[in-house]
Order: sequence, then C-alpha cells, then structure tokens
Amino acid sequence: MKTDLALSIENLSFSYSGKKALDQVSFDIHSGKCAFLLGPNGAGKSTLFSLITRLYDTREGRIELCGFDIKQHTQKALAKLGVVFQQTTLDMDLTVMQNLRYHTALQGMGRKQALQCIQQSLERLSMFDRRFEKIRQLNGGHRRRVEIARALLHKPALLLLDEPTVGLDVPSRLAIVEYVHQLAIDEKLAVLWASHLIDEIYPDDHLIVLHKGQIKAKGTVNEVLGITNTSIIQDAFYNLTQGVRA
Amino acid sequence: MNMLHYWRAMWGIIGRELWRFITQRERFISALVRPLVWLFVFAAGFRSALGLAITPPYETYILYEVYITPGLIGMIQLFNGMQSSLSMVYDREMGSMRILMVSPLPRWFLLLSKLLAGTGVSILQVYVFLVVAWFYDIHAPWQGYLSILPALILSGLMLGALGLLLSSFIKQLENFAGVMNFVIFPMFFMSTALYPLWKMKESSVPLSIIAQYNPFSQAVELIRFALYGQFNQTAFIYVFVAFLIFMSTAIMGYNPSKGMMMKKGGA
Repeated sequence: MKTDLALSIENLSFSYSGKKALDQVSFDIHSGKCAFLLGPNGAGKSTLFSLITRLYDTREGRIELCGFDIKQHTQKALAKLGVVFQQTTLDMDLTVMQNLRYHTALQGMGRKQALQCIQQSLERLSMFDRRFEKIRQLNGGHRRRVEIARALLHKPALLLLDEPTVGLDVPSRLAIVEYVHQLAIDEKLAVLWASHLIDEIYPDDHLIVLHKGQIKAKGTVNEVLGITNTSIIQDAFYNLTQGVRA
Repeated sequence: MNMLHYWRAMWGIIGRELWRFITQRERFISALVRPLVWLFVFAAGFRSALGLAITPPYETYILYEVYITPGLIGMIQLFNGMQSSLSMVYDREMGSMRILMVSPLPRWFLLLSKLLAGTGVSILQVYVFLVVAWFYDIHAPWQGYLSILPALILSGLMLGALGLLLSSFIKQLENFAGVMNFVIFPMFFMSTALYPLWKMKESSVPLSIIAQYNPFSQAVELIRFALYGQFNQTAFIYVFVAFLIFMSTAIMGYNPSKGMMMKKGGA
C-alpha cells in the first residue's frame, strides 16, 4: 500500500443502459492535497461520486481508498471516507447535535468520543453555540457547515465534496473554501471537490477536467494551464470542453 | 469492525426513528385515529349485521369489536410498514438515505436495523391502541398483553420487510399511491382481519382461499391467538417464512451490484 495515497482510480468505466457515462477514468489523490473535479453538466461527476461511495457498483475498473479496494473491502474503504453530497442530507426535524450523534453512531463511535469530536468539529466551524437548534432553523450556509462538520467527525482520510457551495452567498462560500483548504494542510486530508466555480480553486490545487465521461486533463493548475497553453483556468476549461463555459 | 460498532449503529438508527415518531405528533395521532375509527364506527355498525360462531382462540360468543381488534392491530403494523417504506423512498429522493448507505457497515445490517426501528415504532402504536381499546371494554387476559409482544415483533418485521421490498422497487414518491391501491387495500380486505374465514367461505370460496394464503391473514391470526395466550404454529411458520423471503429480496434490491438501485440511478 502506498502510504500517502488516499484515492486511486484505475481505468474506471460505467454505462447507463449501454450509454457510457465514464470512460477509462484514472487518477490518484494524495494526502494533504485538494483536487478539483471540473466538468460541465453531464460530464460524469455525479456518477463518479456514486461509484466512489459505492452507491453504484464498480463493474469495470478499480477504486481504492487508502489501499482498500471499494468492492472487496467495502466497509474498510468506506470508513476512510467523508462525504458532503450536493443535496442536503440532514434531517430537518432533528437538531444539529442529533444529526451529528446519528452519524457518530453509524460510525460506531462511543458517547464520550462522539461528544468530544462533535464539540471540536462544530467549534472549528463556529457552530457549537447552535448545536441545539433544529436544522430547519438554520440558513443554507450554516447547514453546509454542519454537513462538513459531520463528514469530518470520524476523521476520514478522503473528503468528497459534491458542489457543496452551490446556492450560498459569497462570504459563506469563501469561508468554506478557505476552511477546507486549511484542513487539507493541517490534517493531511485528501479532498476531491466537484465544482463549477473556478474562483474556489487555489494555485496549489490539482485539477481533473472531465468531459463526456473522459478525463481531458489532470495535474496541478500550472500543468493544466501549460497543456492548454492558457493563462487562466476558465480558458483552459473552455478549450478542454470545446466551448462549454464553466 | 467490532460488535460494539454494530450495536451502536443499530441503536442510533432505532433511536432516531423513535424520536422522529414521538416528535411528529400528527403522525402519532393519525396512526392511532385510523384503527380507532374502524373500531368505534365500522365495528359498531357491523355488530348487528354479523353473527360470529365460537372459533378458536375464543371460548365464548364475542362481540364484533373483539373479533376485529387483532385485525386492527395488524392494520396498524401494515400501515406502519408502508409508512416506513414511504419514508425510505422519501429519504432516497431527498438524499438522506445516502448517509445511511455510505456508512461502513454491511447493507443488510443497515436495512435490518431500519426494519427493527420501524417495528419498534409499530409496537408502540399497538400498545397505545390496546390501552384505548381497554377503555372501550375490549379486554384480553392480562397475560395476553405480554404474550402478544413476540407475535407483534414477528408480524411487524414481516410487514416492515414487505415495505422495504416495495421501497426498493418504487422509483418516485408519486408511485406510492399505487402501493396503497395494489398492496395495502387488497392485503387488508382480503384477509381475516375483518371477517373469519368460514364466514367468507359462505359468500365466496375463491376469496376465502386468497385470504387463507394472504401473509397478512396469518400475521393477524398469530396476533389473535397470542392476545389470548395461545400459540398458532401454522401462522408462526407462515409469517416467519414470509419475513425471510421479503427481507432477502429487499436486501438484494438494495445491493448495488444486483439490485434495482443501478436501474434507478440512486440509493
């Protein structure tokens, strides 16, 4: 097992009733790195996320999380994973604390450890004072913060973010972007972030450009700019996806 | 993955369902009102129309209200099973089902825990119903209130597993109306919940045969006998086997490599 390899995808293909949604996709994400998955609608981003989270079955290709094959060692692999889905997955009628306690129970954490991790996680996102409020009473930005806090409770090695900032105002969006980047550095967390919003990408991040189920480019921001002979990510994306604006 | 992890996860799922049920007052009231309307209105109206002979487990002539009480208990569990199924479809559409499915536990265990949680909720409803029925002069022997518990667990699991199975096939919330029309109503009306088999046979033999092999009838009979401290072996075996079939098919339905999830494009 390569020690700092959090996610490894090799020759992954997937079809819906004969129509290819992913075609020979391969890439790696190392600990402490933030990788942005860019692609227009229908590029295959959601399919890729469903395969990594084992909501769909991997039929062609291979996915490994921290060295564990998702198909053969599903539970061990999923234990290393934290996810924030595009749609909110919080229970609106429960409080912040109840939602997080439910997650810690599913992760098998004891009461004392769970409460300690919840406090730590919520404090980092300035949400601890709101722990007894129902999710329904929170605004979109705060709900997202709770979802990120929840995804990190069990100290995953890989964090999957499926367009987590969509619909948020600029300050909330920037706060989340900054927080996740800092977390990758501080906690050696690997992040795979699907997004349409190019201003969320930092210069040190990695890019994976997906279009019509195929990887068009991958590497650091500078490497992708070099491949496409462009100076800004937006132009690189435009070139790679043949006219589809991000 | 140790046993403690399984234990904590199971109680997490059960605790969440119970809490949701208790705090959703409208759901609690409507779950109770439905069988009570049948008991107070329907049964009162039919009392004079139906003459009931002495059949086991009853040792004397009984009022129609007494006869349909186990049927209404079955009804509570049937509707609760379908309600759980509805909430699974809703959770899947809304996305919260994903959090359950990506947790590091086998899918069969997560579904079984969800099923146990739903059964727990239905048992809670049944005991509240029995308390109200007691004040309406429907009394069972005191030990019947204890011996009914294992029967309620098994019948709740069987009906919940049926709901789970249906939820693995239902793509959208809108399709749930079909379940009401094609599953709940036929299952309830073509059963021994409202009329005994011999009475049904007098008017329609085919109907009585369908009712006899309807798993819901067997669940009702299991409950009926248990409420009077008796064990109905045939009903027990029938309900148990039905539970195993429904549950194993539901697990297959939720399996990412074999089930319906691939066709539906979501968990």
